[in-house]
Amino acid sequence: MLENLFVGVADWLRSLLGGIGFLPVEIAESIVFLVKLVAILVFILINALWLVYMERKIAAYMQARIGPNRVGPKGLLQTTADIGKLLCKEIVIPKNADLVVFLLAPVLIFVPTLMVFAVIPLGKNMAALDMNIGLFYLLAIASVSTLFFWMAGWSSNNKYSLVGSMRVVAQMVSYELPLVLSLLGVIMIVGSLKMSDIIAAQNSVWFIFTQPIAFLIYFIAAVAETNRTPFCLVEGESEIIAGPYTEYGGMAFAMFFLAEYANIMVICAVTTIVFLGGWHAPLGLTFIPSWVWFFLKMYALIFVVMWFRWTFPRIRVDQLMGFGWKVLVPLSLANIFVTGIGMYIYRAIGW
Amino acid sequence: MKERVKAPVEEIRQKFPYVEVDEQQTVIVPADKLLELMQGLKNEFALDFLTNETAVDYPEESKFELIYNLNSICHGYTMMVKTSVDRDNPEIPSVFPIWGGANWQEREIYDLMGIVFTGHPNLKRILLDDKFDGHPLRKDFQWESVRE
Amino acid sequence: MLKTQEYCLNFGPQHPATHGVFQVILTLDGEKIVKAEPVCGYLHRGIEKLAEARTYTQVIPYTDRMDYLAAMLQNLGYVQAVEKLMGIEVPERAEYLRIISGELSRLTSHVLGTGVYALDIGGFTGFLLCFREREKMMDLLEELTGSRMTLSYARIGGVADDAPEGWLEKVDRLMDEMPGYIEEYNGLITGNEIFQARTKFVGELTPETAVNYSLSGPVLRASGVNYDLRKNMPYGIYDRFDFEVPLGTNGDCFDRFYCRVREMEQSVRIIKQAIEQIKEVDGPVMGKVPKVLKPPKGEVYHEIESSKGIIGYYVASDGSNKPYRVHVRRPSFVNLGYLDEMVRGVLIADLVAILGSIDIVLGEVDC
Repeated sequence: MLENLFVGVADWLRSLLGGIGFLPVEIAESIVFLVKLVAILVFILINALWLVYMERKIAAYMQARIGPNRVGPKGLLQTTADIGKLLCKEIVIPKNADLVVFLLAPVLIFVPTLMVFAVIPLGKNMAALDMNIGLFYLLAIASVSTLFFWMAGWSSNNKYSLVGSMRVVAQMVSYELPLVLSLLGVIMIVGSLKMSDIIAAQNSVWFIFTQPIAFLIYFIAAVAETNRTPFCLVEGESEIIAGPYTEYGGMAFAMFFLAEYANIMVICAVTTIVFLGGWHAPLGLTFIPSWVWFFLKMYALIFVVMWFRWTFPRIRVDQLMGFGWKVLVPLSLANIFVTGIGMYIYRAIGW
Repeated sequence: MKERVKAPVEEIRQKFPYVEVDEQQTVIVPADKLLELMQGLKNEFALDFLTNETAVDYPEESKFELIYNLNSICHGYTMMVKTSVDRDNPEIPSVFPIWGGANWQEREIYDLMGIVFTGHPNLKRILLDDKFDGHPLRKDFQWESVRE
Repeated sequence: MLKTQEYCLNFGPQHPATHGVFQVILTLDGEKIVKAEPVCGYLHRGIEKLAEARTYTQVIPYTDRMDYLAAMLQNLGYVQAVEKLMGIEVPERAEYLRIISGELSRLTSHVLGTGVYALDIGGFTGFLLCFREREKMMDLLEELTGSRMTLSYARIGGVADDAPEGWLEKVDRLMDEMPGYIEEYNGLITGNEIFQARTKFVGELTPETAVNYSLSGPVLRASGVNYDLRKNMPYGIYDRFDFEVPLGTNGDCFDRFYCRVREMEQSVRIIKQAIEQIKEVDGPVMGKVPKVLKPPKGEVYHEIESSKGIIGYYVASDGSNKPYRVHVRRPSFVNLGYLDEMVRGVLIADLVAILGSIDIVLGEVDC
């Protein structure tokens, strides 16, 4: 029963609207679709708030201290208090900043993330929109976010922001390639770009076991895409203060950071879908609903990403580019080559 | 405590006859022979480490005294060299060509005492503002919060 | 029509990575530094001038505030200089207490240098772990002197007070635990590949350049020059202790950092030996000193090995109870003289790494 909780709610809504009588089917469908998207929006925002708290607590425990524990029970309302404070702060606009671009960047930064979540299947039959080019759509839209980081730095009229935004562009463009190429191996095996097909192809063996190198390359490139440590030279803190976000204050600043956590969710969700079997239950424990499995896997990966941040130092810009172009890209190309040969051999043997 | 190695002051006095040595084994040299002596000390007596360079103001005797402390890393002795410049026109050649460590120390002396080092590559004020007027460490500098 | 242009970036006095108010005016070509002009003096407080209007004992708190991270070593240099000028004998127990608190100060300074360097390179956790140990050491120093950072513990002729009951046992216990903590730092920071990739072969210094530019402390020893004043020109009772002087090979940032980590281990050794030896020594902690200190007319220059390098005190006396001139040869000030040549041609990230490895403290640079 719990398994089909959300699907059941959608069906109930559909029948409710159908029972009204004078409503044509298309309008009913679009209302249900709208409700799904609003639900996903609420889900992402609440998760972003929760992730800020989780990061602070994990960081604290890894650093031999406690972390927020005053505001609310066990400090759970800390993020709410922070957002309340940031809402009341003034967004200081620098004198010669490009006003339209400066104010547009924090607004638009959430757009790619939200667009991408529409195709992610959060459980069995639970994707808001199961496109048959789902993965392609996801990768294309996610790479547009580079533009908004760059806009933020360029329009600030501040040399530190400029250095930071140039680093952003260099980093995100360089790591797009290994990101996409590593997924090609999986797509070759599955034969389709549809998210539900990729998950369905994993009901016997997850792709992390058949494509381990692709998993590692994808994970590293994805951490670089979201500008997290060890690739956090964009918001270098001890070098370029806060990179593109230096001149932003108040809610605009908060937008960038919430967008960063939402991006982490996106990449962990995609890793779960493509490599860890999506909503499939491991070891046959199907009494736990599929969407709970999806969340568990996604959060395990988010924990690993946070673990990286509090362990590793930052790498340097030229080392970053060298690593991306000279190590990851050849490895991912080799992976595609080996996968191709492997598939041919398996088909020839008749497995 | 084991005895420290003594600096070879006697040999220095024989080699450079124009220096004087006082009871604390400090070598006193006239300002015009300074560079010659310093170059000789570095090359022949292995005094390759300029630890300290400072200046003291003696307004009654109308002079500034410049103090150089030199160490020898391989032999392990240390030596103090002193020289004087006239207080009304304090100019002295810089020892930067001999020891690069004199760079910022001479700038500090110029800033706070007003002694001009000829031949220094970048003689600008270092601790005080570029437009500051006066040289605070001089004894006749007027300052407000002196506690009597 | 497309061309590149060099731009000027102010690595300003307000910056998280400059260890205080220190400015470097950078001329950059992309991210490569073409010219760097260090500007200091934002924290100049005129300590040398102030010292001329205070009595000899009243100068001691000023010396704390220069390198506030290793305060006891600064006190020690000044007090030993004045004792040399006046010919005062210091009792045994005071010497041992000076050594223990001095080496504890050196440990706090190196622990902070290690943690802050990890922070500059980006590993935030290392910073907090190092501060955990620093808190323990500062609590011990507070028990001994009444103050955590600016100790003012040394007096001309001895130290201010004897150690309280049970203090030496607490120090002994902490020194037993320290090697375990240093292992943790090695595991988290020193052994990390990304840290090593950021610091190895960055900012290399040859031994000849280091000696010519009067660099001292771990910066000099990392280039391979074996010059530690505690061994080469011993002062106090340092010749009674058995310890090594860690040296580096390449003179790069990693060697400078690693020399400090190994110096921490040697400081632990010295403290343990001192605690063993002080058990047999009893007596006063203050020598025979006249009530009003009036040194004979003369001058003295005395230098000791502080945590950042060689700190030297030049004291000139004219026979009254106030010094005629006090000059402090500050290690961070002299070590920075070579900065602008060292960072030519490197990236901004390397400037942060090099500045952190020299381990400056602005109170000392600006005096």
